[in-house]
Amino acid sequence: MEAEARPKIIGARVQRVEDPRLLAGRGAFIDDVNLPGTLHVAFCRSDHAHARIVDIDSAEASRMPGVTAIFTAADIEGKMHPIRATSRMADYFATELPVLARDKVRYVGESVVAVVAANRYLAEDAAERVAITYEPLGHAIDPVAAAEAGSPLLHEEAGTNVIVTRTFARGDVDEVLASAPVRIGDTFRMHRKTPAAMENRGYLAEYDQGRRALTLHSTTQIPGIVRDALVEMLDLPGNRLRVVAPDVGGGFGGKGALYPEEILVCIIARQLGRPVKWLSDRLEDLMTTNQAFDEIVEAELACDEEGRILGLRAEVIGDVGAYSIYPWTAAIEPVQVVSFLPGPYRVPVYRGRVRAVATSKTPTGAYRGVGRPISTFVMERLIDMAAAKLSLDPLEMRRRNMVRAEEFPYKSASGIVWDRAGFMECLDGVATAADYKALRQIQTEARAAGRWVGIGLASYAELTGLGSRIAVAPGMPVNTGTESARIRVDSTGAVTAYFGIASQGQGLETTLAQVIAEELGVRLEDVEVIQGDSAVVAHGTGTYASRSAVLAGGAAILSARAVREKVLEAASHLLEADVGDIDTGNGRIFVKGTDRALSFRELARAVYSEIGRLPREVREGMDLEATRMYDPYFGTTTPASHLAMVEIDPETYGVTITRYVVAEDCGRIINPLIADGQVQGGVAQGIGAALMEEVVHDDAGQILTASLMDYVVPTAMEIPAMEIIHLETERPDNIGGFRGMGEGGTIGAPAALANAISDALAPLGIMINELPATPERLFRLIEAATTRNERRATRVG
Amino acid sequence: MIRVTVNGVTSEHAVEPRLLLTDFLRHHLGLTGTHVGCEQGVCGACTVILNGDSVRACLCLVVQADGGEIETVEGLGTVDNLNPLQKAFQEHHALQCGFCTPGMLMTGVDLLRKYPLATDAEIREGLSGNLCRCTGYVHVVQAIRSVVQAEKNGS
Repeated sequence: MEAEARPKIIGARVQRVEDPRLLAGRGAFIDDVNLPGTLHVAFCRSDHAHARIVDIDSAEASRMPGVTAIFTAADIEGKMHPIRATSRMADYFATELPVLARDKVRYVGESVVAVVAANRYLAEDAAERVAITYEPLGHAIDPVAAAEAGSPLLHEEAGTNVIVTRTFARGDVDEVLASAPVRIGDTFRMHRKTPAAMENRGYLAEYDQGRRALTLHSTTQIPGIVRDALVEMLDLPGNRLRVVAPDVGGGFGGKGALYPEEILVCIIARQLGRPVKWLSDRLEDLMTTNQAFDEIVEAELACDEEGRILGLRAEVIGDVGAYSIYPWTAAIEPVQVVSFLPGPYRVPVYRGRVRAVATSKTPTGAYRGVGRPISTFVMERLIDMAAAKLSLDPLEMRRRNMVRAEEFPYKSASGIVWDRAGFMECLDGVATAADYKALRQIQTEARAAGRWVGIGLASYAELTGLGSRIAVAPGMPVNTGTESARIRVDSTGAVTAYFGIASQGQGLETTLAQVIAEELGVRLEDVEVIQGDSAVVAHGTGTYASRSAVLAGGAAILSARAVREKVLEAASHLLEADVGDIDTGNGRIFVKGTDRALSFRELARAVYSEIGRLPREVREGMDLEATRMYDPYFGTTTPASHLAMVEIDPETYGVTITRYVVAEDCGRIINPLIADGQVQGGVAQGIGAALMEEVVHDDAGQILTASLMDYVVPTAMEIPAMEIIHLETERPDNIGGFRGMGEGGTIGAPAALANAISDALAPLGIMINELPATPERLFRLIEAATTRNERRATRVG
Repeated sequence: MIRVTVNGVTSEHAVEPRLLLTDFLRHHLGLTGTHVGCEQGVCGACTVILNGDSVRACLCLVVQADGGEIETVEGLGTVDNLNPLQKAFQEHHALQCGFCTPGMLMTGVDLLRKYPLATDAEIREGLSGNLCRCTGYVHVVQAIRSVVQAEKNGS
């Protein structure tokens, strides 16, 4: 029996180990962490988009019951070193990141005054009594106007609101466009989104006066980055500053940056010597959590008569809001739009230029997909528009241009190197699974009956699991290319694994335990994964950018192998056999082909406790523990194709998704159940982005979507059942053979739906080049098209 | 003074009139399984069962629950002994971050008690007041469907 060593646990559809506590209401989210004597913070936030702070009167508020202290920018002056998101990027201005607004406010919702009281009810009561006098300054709301000279400046010292400019170019695209047989283009618009995790942000700081040590409990995706930043800002050594992420209720990038509120609770806790907590309410979340996807893209594609792409040109304006966020900078979202725009296609000649424009709005950050939902939307629309012009089927148009298997590694026009992955296999996979021809037949019949039915395809590739060679954000000073794993078999034989990543629902406690169990030869339930705590590893940055399976999984493999070597060495003495004859599996250590075996518990006792079991020279210096860092150096490519079929209701203008198919290649799958969940959840957010979600500001910069009744996210009524095809074409060149896959669903869905709706409305001559395609937008487009067509008919008649 | 029965345990409390049921459950009784996602009655994370009907605990003052019987997620099953719906959620991977899950479960309990749930469309409609940002709902629907099926087979 024991000859059947090390059962395959990687790839098994095992149930998640974190589920029982979450299902029984025994999770520990930030607001479930309660410390005696905790003080609570409520903020007075700016109700102006851009205004000078003339006066703050908090005298009455300070006399309110339960109020301990009130802080303004002046009160924290000198208690921290200010922070900016620096970068080596040229043409970049690093704005400051104020903890409380000083001198002026730059967006509605910016924190100005912090009221500290015995509980949140009293803190809010007192906050209402703080009087702040503002002198309004000129608005910079529309990014196009804000980019122009003469616009009111958000950051005077920058001299402009254009805080990032970047161009990617290969060849002379103007020349190609001038002589191209087919030339199509348009202006595309994706409106601003917000991550809207179900748990709002929250922070709890405690200061141990005896140890002079600070612990921050934070709903963060990046505990290591926050710890390192706070060490610099607060002049505390890293061994007295710990950042712990408890159970975190979704992040999607929104919890993946350093926030003013988490710095502030640390300052206050240290000053008052009491635990200090701030929890965002939903209004604050929708006003202040980093937003996303706010771009205007003017793009043009050139093809020959056979539909082969000759060149691509794009001008992008990214509305990045008021500040450049730490550590990613304001470049993270809009620069990715131009670097990924050529997509999985052969684009020989390219120029993509982006300008990131500061406006009087919430800062933008790295929301799931980051830039690529827009780049894919634009490129996939251009592909369909070109196909229509050439009377080519959209599937055939993609086949003619997609990078083929023999062309890998392929260097894209923007300089991204795609490694061998199933580009064409995903496209074929989705077409076969959906029975594309049959769907076209169904559509033809529906169209003949006057129904608005359409089919949309979208193909893309993303770079995931980035190593140290490719920074997650351009020129940033933080190394995002390494992760660490520390694995320890303790004196009872139990296995504990420590990581610098920080799960927000991805199931990393399960998938990393699967990796370790298989590599070490123990059972899944023998492994406890500790993550989301800056104190457990020397360096780690967190969970973002579809990196954790590749980087933390890789570190887990290396570390587990190192521990296993130690286990085998000890066992060779205990079992009196050569290391090469010993194997591990199911929590047992055994001599192959014999019944001589030990449990991990017996081995651990012999190593640590039962002096004399091992020769002194072996036992001395022996522990069953190892720490390994993993750096995949480059990144790995994850491709996918999506197919959506939709029908538009002629009365409500609502879009119903009647079919949704995804084919993706994420390499070696650790847990198919979790992989499916990531795709479904990602697609659901992409559907939201395509059909309903939109942060709306009025002309004065007031946010009009400040509740979940106004910022509409999908419910169970809008998200269809999905078919998912996982393809594993070739193992990528990283130790685990994994490709990152947490974001892809959100990348493909807006494009597939924009194409499907455009296809449904093609008889009316309507193209969906602005998202979300809400019923109101569809109504306006259809009304205008109907009027236009009627006029034309009248003229002809 | 108010008197409430929570998961079968009756107790009396002196409370402020403006105290929300969510804050009462979480901070006075220490039942932190009920989560607060919006305080505006939209997201459904705080759903509990009050006198046999699912309600938004964030829109309910605790004084409104005086004399009432409340069921929360802690009353369903324990970490070591999950109830059939909780088990189905685990088997079908119907949760990711787990923040909306207590509300989903309490809505699910209410739906399973009251409706035949013959079609997935009925389940989806029943869940439409509970937002989940992680799962895309697909596995949640499957989990509830499996319990409907098991109950049908069992009876």
